[in-house]
Amino acid sequence: MTQVERHAYDVVVVGAGGAGLRAAIEARERGMRTAVICKSLFGKAHTVMAEGGIAASMGNVNSHDSWQVHFRDTMRGGKFLNQWRMAELHAKEAPDRVWELETWGALFDRTEDGRISQRNFGGHEYPRLAHVGDRTGLELIRTLQQKIVSLQQEDFAETGDYEAKLKVFQECTVTRVLKDDERSETGAPPDRRSGGKVAGVFGYVRESGRLFVIDAPAVVLATGGIGKSFKVTSNSWEYTGDGHALALLAGAPLINMEFIQFHPTGMVWPPSVKGILVTESVRGDGGVLRNSDGERFMFGYVPDVFKEKYAQSEEEADGWYTDPDNHRRPPELLPRDEVARAINSEVKAGRGTPHGGVFLDVSTRLPAEEIRRRLPSMHHQFKELADVDITAEAMEVGPTCHYMMGGVDVEPDTAAARGVPGLFAAGEVAGGMHGSNRLGGNSLSDLLVFGRRAGLSAAEYASGLGGTRPAAPEEQIDAAAAEALRPFAAGDSADEGPAENPYTLHQELQQVMNDLVGIIRRGPEMEQALERLAVLRERAQRVGVEGHRQFNPGWHLAVDLRNMLLVSECVARAALERTESRGGHTRDDHPGMDRGWRKVNLVCELTDQAQGADARKEALIGLRQRPTDPIRADLLALFDREELLKYLTDEELDR
Amino acid sequence: MATGTTPTTPAARGVLAPGRAAISARHLRTDRWWLSPLVTAVALTIFIIYATWRAFANGDYYSTPYVSPLYSPCLASNCTPMNGGADWHLFGSWWGLSPALLVLVFPLGFRLTCYYYRKAYYRGFWASPPACAVAEPHAKYTGETRLPLIMQNVHRYFFYLALPVAGILTYDVVLAFRDESGAWGHAGLGTLVLLLNIALIWAYTLSCHSCRHIIGGKLRHFSAHPVRYRLWGWVGALNGRHMLLAWSSLISVGVADLYVYLVASGVFDDPRFF
Amino acid sequence: MTHTAHFKVWRGDTDGGDLRDYEVEVNDGEVVLDIIHRLQATQAADLAVRWNCKAGKCGSCSAEVNGRPRLMCMTRMSVFEPDETVTVTPLRAFPVIRDLVTDVSFNYDKARQVPAFVPPKGVPAGEYRMQQVDVERSQEFRKCIECFLCQDTCHVVRDHEENKAAFAGPRFLMRIAELDMHPLDAAADQGLVRAASAQEDHGLGYCNITKCCTEVCPEHIQITDNALIPLKERAIDRKYDPLVWLGSRIRRRKE
Ligand code: SF4
Ligand code: SF4
Ligand code: FES
Ligand code: FES
Repeated sequence: MTQVERHAYDVVVVGAGGAGLRAAIEARERGMRTAVICKSLFGKAHTVMAEGGIAASMGNVNSHDSWQVHFRDTMRGGKFLNQWRMAELHAKEAPDRVWELETWGALFDRTEDGRISQRNFGGHEYPRLAHVGDRTGLELIRTLQQKIVSLQQEDFAETGDYEAKLKVFQECTVTRVLKDDERSETGAPPDRRSGGKVAGVFGYVRESGRLFVIDAPAVVLATGGIGKSFKVTSNSWEYTGDGHALALLAGAPLINMEFIQFHPTGMVWPPSVKGILVTESVRGDGGVLRNSDGERFMFGYVPDVFKEKYAQSEEEADGWYTDPDNHRRPPELLPRDEVARAINSEVKAGRGTPHGGVFLDVSTRLPAEEIRRRLPSMHHQFKELADVDITAEAMEVGPTCHYMMGGVDVEPDTAAARGVPGLFAAGEVAGGMHGSNRLGGNSLSDLLVFGRRAGLSAAEYASGLGGTRPAAPEEQIDAAAAEALRPFAAGDSADEGPAENPYTLHQELQQVMNDLVGIIRRGPEMEQALERLAVLRERAQRVGVEGHRQFNPGWHLAVDLRNMLLVSECVARAALERTESRGGHTRDDHPGMDRGWRKVNLVCELTDQAQGADARKEALIGLRQRPTDPIRADLLALFDREELLKYLTDEELDR
Repeated sequence: MATGTTPTTPAARGVLAPGRAAISARHLRTDRWWLSPLVTAVALTIFIIYATWRAFANGDYYSTPYVSPLYSPCLASNCTPMNGGADWHLFGSWWGLSPALLVLVFPLGFRLTCYYYRKAYYRGFWASPPACAVAEPHAKYTGETRLPLIMQNVHRYFFYLALPVAGILTYDVVLAFRDESGAWGHAGLGTLVLLLNIALIWAYTLSCHSCRHIIGGKLRHFSAHPVRYRLWGWVGALNGRHMLLAWSSLISVGVADLYVYLVASGVFDDPRFF
Repeated sequence: MTHTAHFKVWRGDTDGGDLRDYEVEVNDGEVVLDIIHRLQATQAADLAVRWNCKAGKCGSCSAEVNGRPRLMCMTRMSVFEPDETVTVTPLRAFPVIRDLVTDVSFNYDKARQVPAFVPPKGVPAGEYRMQQVDVERSQEFRKCIECFLCQDTCHVVRDHEENKAAFAGPRFLMRIAELDMHPLDAAADQGLVRAASAQEDHGLGYCNITKCCTEVCPEHIQITDNALIPLKERAIDRKYDPLVWLGSRIRRRKE
């Protein structure tokens, strides 16, 4: 039996970004003893990187706004593949979630009459994003963090212990969700698919390398995205798809994994910051894209469906900034996916910049003073990181992997993972809400709305169980421990082959995903990707690390590799299967959007082979098609039939 | 905390305390961190020596129509008579020392408790700290929590007192626009020196942190006090240059006094513009 | 352009350690954190370091580079001469864990000791009204990314372990200032005078306004000028200003 630290809680939240903290607050306020597991230090989550704002139809700036309009924008953005009920709940509840932040001390930018100011953003019909300059994500995390501290202060006043009811486990990583063993007899493969209920989590403490188990009947996954599987990404190192993989391994299905949002403008140089975002407002404020020939190439990339709405000439486009009513928009402001694809083609055609991007130029478009006033943080970012003065030179930009639309298949109202009682998911790790493409600003509101719902349902579920709590069998814990510690033993036995370096494997994986399952996809390339992933998976079995368990980053990466590989396989398989282009999924060999495919979600599950000892060469992920839920009639009625015909089949409409 | 129970030996204080990364160097800075505290200490010392000499000198501080800022207002009966100036003999003839000593306590107290000068001399003279991330030599540190340094908190009262003093110096400058006979319309180099000096003194005084607080900083809701908000903004802009103003006004006081001294002691005559 | 740089990196843990020498490749446009990562990938796979965003936004990668507290991801290699030795050590005010990672729990303990925002009674969510000019001061402080560089550099605790119990440090004194300037904070209704408590309970008096915190703050927050000194002045209002004191006595009498 493995020696592990053991704790017991009512609810465990895995992940301490916006969704995780909101879930924890809710669970604790419902009286649950709650643990939050935080991969980094408390308050460092990737949520801090969000710049734009929180979308919520408060109507402070334009009173015509309402949840219905927000819902409509969200569905359009997601090309109608959104889980409509989630989109509905999200649009309805977002304002309350934002207002509640104010009661916890958040300080948003204000309107003249003292309300929360709201800004325009791509795809939102009205000014809708509550914001604080361009550091809204930081404000969100800090507010939630401080709310947690304030709850802990209440507990301290009552019990003399800050952590009596709500504890944050900093710098801990969960490697397995544990389940009870209802149906499988002892000796059978330890975890998952026994149909059992969630019994807790297994993980390690980064600082000491000690292993721990938290017994808990309800587990909320809120681990964010998967960007670190790609070479060029705006995501932080934590984004290794942990929650996605934990859910899969616990027997829960993932959906929409083929949809990944690539942001068109990430920094491409210097290398250290490759992928870091250059905010959309640069283009909104007059920035234009040029290739190395100095040509404003976006005019050549306006798709037919948008021809009506976008300018055909530079003069017309330039007129828009000052007089939007009599001019059409410049093509630089096409949706994110269009711009990203255009940049990609220019670079491929050899018209890229020295560092493999295109030029984004405001310096010749606005006076220096104006640039500094309107884009302070971009000015600062380029000055400090790239030594580029954007008031005098052009920036170099290129597409960067930004957001995972797919994730755990959840019940819309409860955020409960389908098929695994006691498992919940919220935020980027949950799938469905954003369909095939997410609108800017909808991520932060998603975190709050579904973070709260997940915390709430986890609390209800846990208290509903009464005294009978599922318990994880010892063998499961032993197996999890063995799995976590395997990298230290790699290369020990002769038949295994040489130990692999986790950093090398990670780089290769990123290269495969970037090149073969990236922004533009082709069938044969993805088949190749799957083959290479299989090889990597096999090599990953032999991944080895030096040193000891105390704060050993090589080991941490080795453990994360399993997750990245699993998730990458999901992405590649689903992307290969979906033979159309939609939102964050672009097939070079199937360029059109197909109404037939809208009715289908692709569901990824772990195959049975994956459990066998010799599963390495087999596919670990099985894929099946599942019809999407029909959209409720009153919600459909919010759209014109004309518009719906672009997305829904005739039969669906005539039903 | 790491060292809660082990009594720290003098050698194992601060960055060398047990628990912290074992690095024997007290600091690892490679730049010339010592330059700025050194310059501060030297410059302040020079001024102190000069000002002490001049304050005790009790002579050559008035040459119609100019009065040295160190000697105004002049409050003892042993003052040189000043033509319409601020020589108010509030203190009787029993005061035999230099009359400068009576008033200098105010500007001295003001500057001594000034937030900027505190920083300057804590760093420059007391090495507490000598520079950022450079270990300080002291075994114990209680900051401004107890006597005498807790008295720094009286700074705002010195600010209040600095206002009339600056007012009187302004009056002196006005008088400097008269010639020896008391007729208006005079302007010499001395007038200009005093004018510049008083401008810097006002700028320094108004850029004071206590002033910034009193004028508006203490308010909770700026929106309810638009005028004070405006003033707070202006004072804030000055306050951002408080260090610059502290030095330039210090130098200008010295220069103004020196100028009066040179003219009064007959080294040269004040060049007249008109 | 590529050159080989000479690095000294502190390796060790609570039991001791030393500055170890590395020769490592440096490319154009890189930052210190990139070099540390290259060391991990090529020469020291288990070199412990914290980082997240690589863009100066999360405050994880704090360390001391050539003796100065800095974010490694925001320290460009181009600020050093190619033949200059670059020394990287963990933060030296906190207990070390391993290599460049320190135990920063001091800061989290202090964060807990600052009483939270008190929402105004009788104002429901959604009805908060605040003017932009009234929130701006606190907004500046909320830019803080909690890198704890200010806490590390402040000589009050850096050089005097024994002061840690009594002194909250610049970051958390600034938090008190932020709440004290919040237009709707209702702590006073509960009898909590934040500014006075900053002095009595959180060690504001230890700060001798020598401004090192402001010097190192990567967010360029004017910690000393805009938070600490105003907080001191506010404390003086409450504690040493007879006029204000008298005024508040009279007002209290009237109520
Ligand atoms: S100004 Fe005060 S808080 Fe800031 S570093 Fe100096 S002593 Fe510490
Ligand atoms: S105030 Fe500045 S230096 Fe201090 S923790 Fe915040 S960001 Fe870092
Ligand atoms: S702070 Fe320098 S004079 Fe008041
Ligand atoms: S890694 Fe986030 S601040 Fe350096």
